[in-house]
Amino acid sequence: MDWYPLMNSLRIAAISTAVVFFLGIAAAHWIAKLPRAVKGALDVVLTLPLVLPPTVVGWLLLLLLGPKRPLGAWAQSALGLKLVMTWWSAIFATVVVAFPLMYRTARGAFESFDQNLADAGRTLGRSNAWVFWRVQMPCCKQGILAGTVLAFARGLGEYGATSMVAGYTPGRTATISTTVYQLWRTNDDAGALRWVLINIAISAVFLLSINLLEARQRAGR
Amino acid sequence: MSLSVDIQKQLGRFRLQVQFEADNERLALLGASGCGKSVTLRCVAGIMTPDEGKIILDGTTLFDSAAKLNLPPQRRHVGYLFQQYALFPNMTVEQNIAAAVRERSVREETVSRLVRQFHLEAVAGQRPGQLSGGQLQRTALARILASEPRALLMDEPFSALDSYLKYQLELEMMETLEQFSGSVLWVSHDRGEVFRNCQRVCVIDRGKSSPAQDLSQLFHAPDTEAAARLSGCKNYADALPRGEQVFLPEWNLTLNCGRPVPAGVRRIGVRAHFVLPAKDSGENVFSCQVVRVVEDVFDTIVILRPEKAAAGAPPLRMELDKMAWRTIPEKERLAVSIAPRDILLFEQ
Repeated sequence: MDWYPLMNSLRIAAISTAVVFFLGIAAAHWIAKLPRAVKGALDVVLTLPLVLPPTVVGWLLLLLLGPKRPLGAWAQSALGLKLVMTWWSAIFATVVVAFPLMYRTARGAFESFDQNLADAGRTLGRSNAWVFWRVQMPCCKQGILAGTVLAFARGLGEYGATSMVAGYTPGRTATISTTVYQLWRTNDDAGALRWVLINIAISAVFLLSINLLEARQRAGR
Repeated sequence: MSLSVDIQKQLGRFRLQVQFEADNERLALLGASGCGKSVTLRCVAGIMTPDEGKIILDGTTLFDSAAKLNLPPQRRHVGYLFQQYALFPNMTVEQNIAAAVRERSVREETVSRLVRQFHLEAVAGQRPGQLSGGQLQRTALARILASEPRALLMDEPFSALDSYLKYQLELEMMETLEQFSGSVLWVSHDRGEVFRNCQRVCVIDRGKSSPAQDLSQLFHAPDTEAAARLSGCKNYADALPRGEQVFLPEWNLTLNCGRPVPAGVRRIGVRAHFVLPAKDSGENVFSCQVVRVVEDVFDTIVILRPEKAAAGAPPLRMELDKMAWRTIPEKERLAVSIAPRDILLFEQ
């Protein structure tokens, strides 16, 4: 059996989760401080990929990254890089789709953080960075972990935008979800079932860990 | 060595305008909830920024709107005791105290000294979630002193405690504060707490401060009705000056004040404890109907209606010792008196 789709799916999900982790936290942190009107507008824009059909996201990404589009053409000529139809093209798709999950959970965690703790740290002479990393992040640990797990699960399951941006080439851009579609399309139900079971197993583990995290959160750390 | 504050801040429709100076003393900021006491403390600590004004601590300007100077909280060296203490829940008692020591070389030594001083040895490795109310407060105080503050700001330090624990912790805190040499601002809405713990008081009413005064002055001769209310005075009535007397139209009474009444006086106040049962005649004696009798813990509260009072006039509240009430034979009509010196006069 060719394990490439599993390996490829896991590395795409892992890398996009790492990117989304920092982007989502940074966005949640900065946007929390903005005036309410700006916050509302940015919130809509940043959450949009969560509710848009993945094909719409994929189409918009192609509009940006395609070989004849400004960014794609620039990468081609300046860096000799093709931005679409490679395995890592899928990272663009999964980052955009998973970002709102991380951003929203992190923002929820930051909003329930007791601002007095931050103020206490500052009056005691500690820098804003110290307060953020040593007090705020540990206090919001559960929410941020839950967001990370959700983002990873979403990245792992991404199909629509991925298939448009990275396509399906066996051994090169195939992921679990695009492989299942391809096997079903070619009437290989036994092959499809194998990948379906693998996918269900991975997803079940992630959902279980989310539930465990939430249970711990309710129990108060 | 002193703290001087003169600031203004607009918060929606609410306007804060406070001005006071504190030497090396415990100055209370006394006001009803929502009067702007906490906002004032936050402005001094640098957590909030006033719109205009100046804050100077021991000769260092912390904030000056004219000079566009606004030191961040980290550089103000002001200790802030939060209402719920704001201990870091992810750190142990020791780590919480260590977090406040700026100088790395003395960190360990400072922490162990403060842990001993505040009797926290047994819980040094525990997190705030496992501590009792007293241990939480001691940890918070130790942490603040570890940061070597030049002034202390206490934001309703006992608001969340039941009365027994409150008195214990108050005594402990007194010991700590007596060793502190800088200015202490103590925000409270509790006149008893202020009386027991502070030396002077600045009354804040709806965002505006009155000049700081001695505690005895606030309790014996408050200069405004708001100050009188905060000091616990419960009876008020409209008044018209008549030489050394005041005429109270609502109660249809004339009372002798024993001193010339300024022409601007429009209201009077009388503490419920200073309304006394009296013989049938004498100075400032008048007859009242008993409207209601309420038993309090140690006192009996008697709600009275002066006999000649107009319809809709405010009732007169008398508070007296339970025994004293029991010895009064007639419980439906009562002659009461108010000593001239116990009548508080307010100009408008």
